[in-house]
Amino acid sequence: MTLRKYVVLGGVVLFGALGDALLSRGMRSVGSITLAHWHQVIFAVLHPWVALGILFLLGFFAAYMTALSWADLTYVLPATSVGYVLLALIAKFALHEDVTPSRWLGIVLITAGVGFVTRGPELTHERKNKSAEAGSGEPR
Amino acid sequence: MRDLYTWLSIAAIVLASVAGDILLARSMRQIGDLGELRRRRGLAVVLTRVLRSRGFLLGVACMALAFYGLLLALSWADVSLVGPASASLTFIGNAVAARSFLHERVDGRRWAAVVLVAVGVALVAV
Repeated sequence: MTLRKYVVLGGVVLFGALGDALLSRGMRSVGSITLAHWHQVIFAVLHPWVALGILFLLGFFAAYMTALSWADLTYVLPATSVGYVLLALIAKFALHEDVTPSRWLGIVLITAGVGFVTRGPELTHERKNKSAEAGSGEPR
Repeated sequence: MRDLYTWLSIAAIVLASVAGDILLARSMRQIGDLGELRRRRGLAVVLTRVLRSRGFLLGVACMALAFYGLLLALSWADVSLVGPASASLTFIGNAVAARSFLHERVDGRRWAAVVLVAVGVALVAV
């Protein structure tokens, strides 16, 4: 694992958690939307917090795609699940939500899972096209 | 009947999410290391290759289906059931599907990580 790859995984965690937190903050300002008034969800994306959240989630998606281009799915998902921990911390300290004991236990388990997977290799299959130039490789 | 609808929608969310993740992972694997590609050929080439990948577009469509499935499920059941159930089952489903469709070696360490994270996510989301 190179520093660049750790930065990409960090980007997945950070952009994902901040994006979700910003969406939550924005939707709290927008108020609850009922199914009868579903079209309000279209205008909700114009709210500044929601729009900022969407920008962050675009960053998350770019980092997630980059990580999947050089690591296994079964590596990327647990390794970046530390984002759930970050989200819980943001919820407690920035959004002032209650974090119950069961949530803290969940955080401990996620952290343990991340520790398990990141001590192993990030790629377990043979890559058919080693070069990034070979962009039109056949599926495995 | 409402319970049946809720669990059917949770199953649909999990299926669509797993299919989306597998398709996205497969298409990114075919394209190759995006960071390397950007350094050698530029961002425009990366974007063109990603957006022209059928697997990527299908994966995004599956993710959109999962999102609408989630909205539907939330109209029938509490988020405290739908959120943890769908997220945890998606983690397990991804491990099984990655082994079968992406030929990843999911060893004991990865299974342990997947189970710990799935239970952890369920607890955090409650």
